[in-house]
Order: sequence, then structure tokens, then C-alpha cells
Amino acid sequence: MDRIRLTGPAAILHYKNKKVRGERPHDSTELMPGRRGPWYHSRVGHSASIPSAAFSVPAATVAVRHSALVRVAHWIATLCFFALLLSGAEIVISHPRFYWGETGNDLTQPWFKLHIPASRKLVPTGYGYVLPDQNGWSRYLHFQSAWLVVFTGLLYVIFGLLTGYFRKHMVPAGSDLSWRALARSIASHWRFQRPSEEEAWSYNVLQRLSYLFVIFVLFPLVVWTGLAMSPAFVSAIPAAVNLLGGQQSARTLHFFVSLALVLFLLVHVTMIWLAGFWSRMRAMITGRAVTIGERT
Amino acid sequence: MNKPSGAELSSRELSMRKLSRRKLITGGIAAAAGVAGLDVAARLAQKYGLIPPDHGGFYGIGETLNYASHRLLTRHSLAREFSRSQISKPPFANEMQPLPEAFHRLQAGGFADWRLSIGGMVARPASFSLEQIKSYPSRSQITMLQCEEGWSYIAEWIGVPLSQILQTVEVHPQARYVVYFSIEPDWWDSIDMADALHPQTFLAYGMNGGALPVGNGGPLRLRIPRQVGYKSVKFITHLTVTDDLKRFGKGLGSASPEGGYAWYAGI
Repeated sequence: MDRIRLTGPAAILHYKNKKVRGERPHDSTELMPGRRGPWYHSRVGHSASIPSAAFSVPAATVAVRHSALVRVAHWIATLCFFALLLSGAEIVISHPRFYWGETGNDLTQPWFKLHIPASRKLVPTGYGYVLPDQNGWSRYLHFQSAWLVVFTGLLYVIFGLLTGYFRKHMVPAGSDLSWRALARSIASHWRFQRPSEEEAWSYNVLQRLSYLFVIFVLFPLVVWTGLAMSPAFVSAIPAAVNLLGGQQSARTLHFFVSLALVLFLLVHVTMIWLAGFWSRMRAMITGRAVTIGERT
Repeated sequence: MNKPSGAELSSRELSMRKLSRRKLITGGIAAAAGVAGLDVAARLAQKYGLIPPDHGGFYGIGETLNYASHRLLTRHSLAREFSRSQISKPPFANEMQPLPEAFHRLQAGGFADWRLSIGGMVARPASFSLEQIKSYPSRSQITMLQCEEGWSYIAEWIGVPLSQILQTVEVHPQARYVVYFSIEPDWWDSIDMADALHPQTFLAYGMNGGALPVGNGGPLRLRIPRQVGYKSVKFITHLTVTDDLKRFGKGLGSASPEGGYAWYAGI
């Protein structure tokens, strides 16, 4: 991904340096040395070139920000996330009470309950009405989306590991992990500063840490706690639920991890909004990002 | 972005064309392999009984993946059993529809005339009274009943393994499903033979040391602890052994898919 960072002003600089050293690039690809794995290959064709005969700074430089696999995985995950959130919320409505341990029902004391109406008569909600039962399609949709997002996630993680994507894009540089650097990044986020130009091409340290946390902690946890609620799954792998402290604990944890994912979504969308909603959306839809001259 | 010069455009176009031809060929091969792979997978799944009756429609893929993966993973696994001290007190009974008049008549007679009939692909169709069912060696299990809604309770279930009864009536070797019917109208369900012959699948008539309360499905309910509660149909009166679920109801395997719920409920 070195190539990516060499567009825009950096690329011009690079070009000039080459010129000084007496090298002459043949085309734009020359400007972008780096890996040539199959995943990266398509970038070359799409990258806008800097005209070889001119030194003028182009009005805008367009290059590939996100590979096709990352974009497709991102939007499938987005679609699945909303389907899981909607169907999950619908299922919670049928019993908005949460317990710790193995069992819990209307006759036992809940650990906590949501003060919302329920879709079942027996649940003591304090509301004088019962919502319609929608658990049938909710459960079908929940599991279908779960399969899709798990397959997509596995593909994404395997490709990410094989191509060095996580190492290059997600693992923060050692220097970024000092308390001072982290504090600086947190402070700039706290003041809602617009991200630097460079950040259109690379994730900052807080982004990297939160994405790593979502991909390698929250996502596996939400799958695990989900499977731990399945009576058939835990018949084959009882440790899946025993380690969590029981079936109702698994359900409660599943709810909390989902809340953490919703929190991530809110922060994620807010940050996208602050950074320039349409440019970031374009980068994730078409793969191209416009850096110079754009002020969205 | 600056408009590319003519020469550059043509060379780019050329490379795009090469790229798209290569992409087309590899894409075509991948698609063909994918279709062939899916076809092989579908045939294998059919052969090994990994396709649920409600496999059609938009949610059929997820449902088939649930059922097939669980069948491969859990064919012989046992549901978790608990200690006596973990039994939920007081026992929970879910809400019920008003029971039909026939039920109340049988209840008035102390369920002495309650019968369980078994037909279909069996050598000796039979009809059992509760007393006859109870004459088989009784077994008990302390397992969890968990509802798809989210609540759960643990109870001791006393009854006779369904496999025992199926052995008595001699099920044909080509049988694939057991369909079971409740005294409640339009309430029926079915399980495959892996679940029907599973050692924890009970015809339960007792609970926590006593008779099975009506609120929990007494006098006779099915217990399938590896699936969520709605598969454990209450007030069982009839069983049919079959190799084809298409002949029952809308052909989706049980009343649940007709009401929008999945046939397989191991998750």
C-alpha cells in the first residue's frame, strides 16, 4: 500500500526526486512501487496518472483507496448488521428481561429489564398492550444474516492475513502506540478536528485500534455468545456455554456485545460525517478517493 | 482529474481489454466451478438428509445451513444435563390457548382414556393408553427447556424414550421422519430419525417427581432437549412415521413454518 500514499503531493515529490536522481518514470505505475499481489493489481489500471510531460499539480488526484474485496465485504457486513440488529431487537421484544446464570423466566428475578412493551402476554411489562409476535421471520432473518456475515468475515480475515492487509492497515505503528501519541490522537478527536489529508489514505491510530477490536474481539464474541444460546450447538460443544456461565449469561452477553457494536456504528458514522461523508462514501463504494482540491 | 492524453487512453483501454478478457475467462471458470460445486453439494446434502422441509423461499439457504451444519455436528451429541439442585423453582408454565372440549372430557376422566396412536411406516400400528406407556421402563433427565422467546427453565422430565416405542411398533428401515400431533387442533410437528431415535427424545408423562402438569403439556408431551421449546409439542395423541413430509399440511414439515417459524429449531 505504499503506492497509495504516493499519490497527491507525495507523488509529485517522489517524481521530482526521481527526476533529480536522473530517473524518468514511464507511466503512473512507475510512481507507485510496491507489492504486486493479485489483490493489488487492479489498482494500477485505475490510478490516475500524473501527466508525464507536466509538473503542474493536478486539480484532483483519484486513486484506489479500498480494494474491491474490502468494499464488498464492508457493504455485505453493513447489510447483515442492520438485518441482525432489526431482527435481534425484534426477538428481544418477546422477552425484554435479562438474567445471569443458566435459567430465567417470568417467575424469576431478572438481573435487569428493559422498560419497553413486549410481544408476549405473560411478560410483566407494566404496559396495557401486547405487541404482535414477529419472531418467526426475525429468527429466520437473524440466522440467515449471521451465516452471510460469518462467511464474509472469514473471507475478509483470510485475505487480510494472507495479503498483509491487517499488518499494513490495521496494526498501529509502534511509535503511534506511545501514551503521548495516543493522547494527541484522542485530543484531536475530542476537539472534532478534521482529519488530515493523509488520513484519506490511511487509518489513524484510534481507527486502527477500534477496527482491530471490532474485527478480532467483538465480532468473534458476538458469534460465540450467539452459538452458546443454541441447545443443539452446545450439546456438541458444551464448553461454549459453560465458559460463559450459563445459557442466560450467554444471552445477556450477546445483548451487551450487540450494544457495543451499535456504539461502534454510531461513532463510525459520526467520524465519517466529520471527515467528509460523501468522499468517504465514494471511497468505500467506488474504491476511489479524491484528495486534492476536494472540500466536501 | 485531468483528461488523459490520447496515447495514454488507448494503452489504458488496451490493458483494460486484456484485463477484462482474462477476468471473463477466470470468472467463467469460477462460476462454472461454483455451479458444479453447488450441484454436488446439493446432491450430497439430499443423499445424507441435510435438507430441511422448509428449504424453499428467501430464508431457505440460512435454514438449510442451520440444519445441515447441526446434523453434521450433533448427530450423536447429548443435550446438557443438570444436577437436581439446578431444577427451577417454581417450575414455569407458558401461556396456553384454551384447550379443546375433547381435552377437558379426558381430563375429567383422569386421562384414563388418553390414547397415543402410531401409524404410517411401521410393521405393527398400535394405540397405547397412558398406563401402557408407563409400563415401559421409565427414564428421567434433568434438562433445560428454552423458549425461542428467550426464557428458560430446568426440570426433571420423566417418560419413555421415543425410540423404545418406535422399536415396539417396528419402524420400516426407509422411514425418515416421525410426525406428531397434539390434541390441540392444527398443532403438529415432525423430527428426523436422528432426533426421533436420540436417547434424550422422550414421550414425557412426569415432571419433577410427579405427574406432568397440564400447564407443562400433561398428560403426555414430547421432549426434544436439543431443540428450542416449540418442538416439544404438548398433549400428544398421534404419531405417524413417514419418508415424505410433503403429504402433511403444506408440506413444510410442521405447523411452525406455516406460522412463519423454522422447522428445525436447534438454534
